[in-house]
Amino acid sequence: MSAIDAPRRPVTGFAPGRWVGRVVAFLVAGVFVLFFAIPIVWLILAPTKDARQLLIDAPFSFGSFGTIVDNWNALAGFQQGIVWTWLGNSALYSVSALAITLVVSIPAGYALALTDFKLRRPLLIVTLVVMLIPNTALVLPVFLEMSAVRLVGTPLAVILPFSFFPFGVYLTFIYFSTSVSADLLNAARIDGASELRVFAQIAMPLATPVIALVGFFNFTSNWNNYFLPFVMEPGNKSPIQVGLAELLSNVALFNPTSAGSVTIALPVLALATLVSVAPVLIIFLFSQRFLVTGMTAGGTKE
Amino acid sequence: MGYAFSSGYAVLLVLFGVLPTLYAFFLAFTKNGAFVGVDNFARVFADYRFLPAVQHVALYLVIWLVLLVVVVVLLALIVHAIRARWLSASVRFLYFIPGALAGASSVMLWLFVLDPTVSPVSGLLRGLGLESFVQTVSVQNLPVVFTVIAFWTGAGGWIVIMYGALNNIPIEVMEASRIDGAGPIKTAWHIQIPLLRKWIAYMGIMSLAAGTQLFVEPRVLSQASKGVVAPDYSLNQLAYLYAFKQSDFNGSAAISLVLLVVAVALAALFVFRGGLFERD
Repeated sequence: MSAIDAPRRPVTGFAPGRWVGRVVAFLVAGVFVLFFAIPIVWLILAPTKDARQLLIDAPFSFGSFGTIVDNWNALAGFQQGIVWTWLGNSALYSVSALAITLVVSIPAGYALALTDFKLRRPLLIVTLVVMLIPNTALVLPVFLEMSAVRLVGTPLAVILPFSFFPFGVYLTFIYFSTSVSADLLNAARIDGASELRVFAQIAMPLATPVIALVGFFNFTSNWNNYFLPFVMEPGNKSPIQVGLAELLSNVALFNPTSAGSVTIALPVLALATLVSVAPVLIIFLFSQRFLVTGMTAGGTKE
Repeated sequence: MGYAFSSGYAVLLVLFGVLPTLYAFFLAFTKNGAFVGVDNFARVFADYRFLPAVQHVALYLVIWLVLLVVVVVLLALIVHAIRARWLSASVRFLYFIPGALAGASSVMLWLFVLDPTVSPVSGLLRGLGLESFVQTVSVQNLPVVFTVIAFWTGAGGWIVIMYGALNNIPIEVMEASRIDGAGPIKTAWHIQIPLLRKWIAYMGIMSLAAGTQLFVEPRVLSQASKGVVAPDYSLNQLAYLYAFKQSDFNGSAAISLVLLVVAVALAALFVFRGGLFERD
């Protein structure tokens, strides 16, 4: 087209405009690297200092390993070690929900992708719509429902809603419809394998990547969820995310009315924040590539 | 057989997707079990806290969406233009990692960052005239504060998604544009951004839906700021107060239902018009 009739503009040689553009682009990218990284670096260093050092020392200085231990002891000593209870609750809720999610989502995604039944299409469309609703939108309606059946305050009140994970069903559906051919399954059927056997012995072994992916997304969203357990699980039933906010009310700096009761020093709160995200942060560090595949899974249709 | 395989999920879908919605409908239009029409909605809308909450959320959404779209697209284009693979991958990784801190944890971290006495960027805060935590979280700053927190946690994921979409643009298209003599800015404006349109729309709609639900940020800040941030700042907080402080489940359901209808409408709009998801 125009490449033929228009003379090519030479791109070699010194072009000041282009260099200015590059420098500006690098600066913008660099400023945002600082913006994203500084809080995390600070958070990792803060628990190495005591309350005084945190206020006076340079923000990115390292305190000492001994101080980490002191801060941890202060955190573990708060309300007779309630932080362990919170972490235990988080693990219980996240892992139980993860197990149920996998047991129900993988077969459902398989059925949507590779079997045919009357309600298949409606189920798929409802799944898509619900998947795109922010999970906070259903928290109060689910709370009102749970309170009507008197389940509020029991572990089931968070485990069951966590287990409803339409995004996982959609990921499985996409995986099975793009990576597993129906012919392969039909060949097994002709050989006389039952439907259950086709699923268990042919589809399941092929599904390992998507099982890991669904597991990852479900676990992190369960662990990080605040609103649902906040309304469902008061007191010592809380997971760590809700417990963290509870710790906050005992920080003297933020809440002077708590003076007199047991107070939490700022580095201890920082340590608690770090502990609360540690499992997810570690998984993130080791599975970045994995995540990117999952997040772009929607856009298979171009 | 399809029914057997999908039955477990279908049961959960009914119990935790459909039933709560129907129950919220029932509660929102009744009082003590008797049908009252739109009374609950009228009462909630007339509440002196309702309109300010709508305004707070709306202002936050405008700032947040504009910043999100502009900066995410800009950063994705820049990162995509970096030729050294290791550098591009490391920058994306750094942008992305705060996504691990969601919910209360990221708000908690930002309490420190926003408090000039301990902040790693206290110089910057003081330069902006903010001398104390209470000043930083004063009401007129809140939409910006929530935007910064939400952007810090969520933008990296979107940058990675946009980067992936940029990679999907056929190499011939980019090549043709270069041969025609278009520089990086012209290419971005006339080729890349138009081809990203679907993804930008997806990001905008999802973030709009999520933003209307604002809860954990004002809730934790309210707890931390001795009430400088009001406990009824956002709509979801108000719905929460109705249920928990006033034991008015009907009013709470009415607010939740309004928010839910907005979320469902946006999601459905995207599923049917966005063309990004496989519906076969």
